Amino acid sequence: MALPRSNTATGWLLASPLTAVLAFFLVLPIVMIVIVSFWGATEFSIYPAFQFDNYRFLFGSAVTWQVFGNTLRYAVVTWALTLGIGFTVAYFLAFHVRTLTWQITLALICTVPFWTSNIIRMISWVPFLGRNGIANSTLLSMGVVDQPVEWLLFSDFAVMLAFVHINTFFMIVPILNTMLRIDKSLIEAARDGGATGPQILWNVIIPLTKPGIMIGTIFVLTLVMGDFITVRFMSGSQSANVGRLISNDVGLLQYPSAAATSVVLLCTVLIIVAGLLRLVDIRKEL
Amino acid sequence: MEARSRSFYVLAAFFGLYVLFLYGPTITIGLLSFQGPGGGLTFPMRGVSLHWYDELFQQQAVGDIWGAWRRSIGLGLMVMVTTVVVSVMGGLAFRKRFAGSSVLFYLIITSLTIPSILISLGVGLIFSQSGLDVHWSTSAFGAQLTWTLPFGLLIMFAVFNRFDKSYEEAARDQGASSWQTLRHVVLPIIAPSLIGVALFGFTLSYDEFARTLLTAGSYNTLPLEIFGMTTNVTSPVLYALGALTTVFSLVVIGLCLGLVLLAQRRRARAGSDAGKGMV
Repeated sequence: MALPRSNTATGWLLASPLTAVLAFFLVLPIVMIVIVSFWGATEFSIYPAFQFDNYRFLFGSAVTWQVFGNTLRYAVVTWALTLGIGFTVAYFLAFHVRTLTWQITLALICTVPFWTSNIIRMISWVPFLGRNGIANSTLLSMGVVDQPVEWLLFSDFAVMLAFVHINTFFMIVPILNTMLRIDKSLIEAARDGGATGPQILWNVIIPLTKPGIMIGTIFVLTLVMGDFITVRFMSGSQSANVGRLISNDVGLLQYPSAAATSVVLLCTVLIIVAGLLRLVDIRKEL
Repeated sequence: MEARSRSFYVLAAFFGLYVLFLYGPTITIGLLSFQGPGGGLTFPMRGVSLHWYDELFQQQAVGDIWGAWRRSIGLGLMVMVTTVVVSVMGGLAFRKRFAGSSVLFYLIITSLTIPSILISLGVGLIFSQSGLDVHWSTSAFGAQLTWTLPFGLLIMFAVFNRFDKSYEEAARDQGASSWQTLRHVVLPIIAPSLIGVALFGFTLSYDEFARTLLTAGSYNTLPLEIFGMTTNVTSPVLYALGALTTVFSLVVIGLCLGLVLLAQRRRARAGSDAGKGMV
């Protein structure tokens, strides 16, 4: 279909502030990072160059592979847990809560913690999981353990717990959005046809919810892969992911090496997102 | 109404546990912020007092919490207004399906999915290499927009996907110019959703940490200030601050929801009752 010319002109005119912001604060920074990733660095400064040292060092180091592996592990585990919890919660809200008012109220209850600072929410885990925290005193008084459990805070367990805590919201909303649009008569038809509850779930509801699951997956995977503060805070600086690798380099003023790691991370994330976008048309699902 | 099945109760219990998981930590720090003067970062409570809130309002040894708070509010408001205006314009632009719009759409998706620290690093590098100073009102402002605008636009897409075009056609048939149609028909109809966009814009900015980290310069915003405190403050002052900012967020959300309800009621009163009778 040929587009009318005036549409294009007004379209770009209306979109010009958006384009300007994205050009200056998204495209230009990415270009800058790519350029700087080829630069060199001394202990105190960085200088323009065109060398592959940063990449050679990055790919040659065993730490890199380990840290990327760790990042993917966090992403996959968080994804599986948020999907399980998010799907169940959305399913409850969409199919077991009967009035719209209650659906909205309960959904809002789930979203409230999302509106407060991530850092505050991470601090909140300390009195819960710490050596003398609520979890340990409960376990001790119940006689489950004789000594405080050490791995509750500042561990991989704590990191994943915080990831699930922060990100399940991003799974619930898109899945709920798709579920609420499922035509209820399809479910009735399945039941009339003799399908059991699990069969309806597996053969009707899950396939129809796939777009929501994909959008939630994009959110959770990219948020976890780009994170650096949760891992630093909840692991007590004992575990690393790619984000921390970058922020450590930044702290040491090693910008070129931080930029090279950033380029690799960005490519990884964008490849994953591009793959997922082939499975769902976001604009149609909104 | 048919009786609740057993799966309803199982799922309701699961939902309850999830909500407990969600609120548990927040409630814990809420309680601990009222810790007595001799109490520490964990239970048990040693008395109940407002000591730590009082401490928060005293002169701080390190940092400048209230200055950071004012800057965060100022920045949040700037980001909010910009997000609403730019998202509405962008939403209107995308309705036209203009040539090149899909490139712009993929840029929006990139903006949404790019790791925040990359924006922070990139914007920081541009400013330092071009000899400009990073400042919360310039570099941090722009960096935060790359996070709030995609959300605003996604909401606008959702709104315009559900928008009934016959309202505009009716206005045009009555001889309204395109500006009049926009001003008197489209904007009033989408107004409640704009409050939602504004709420997103403000709170996402108010809580943003990673994109501000390398772009705020020497004057911290509140999340950066709180992050600084986590490394050198080891008293329940931290909890008092956490509880206070949480309450502030809740008040802002409450106000916005109130506004939405008000707008909807007003619209219901002013709207036509065509098609409502005799059915």
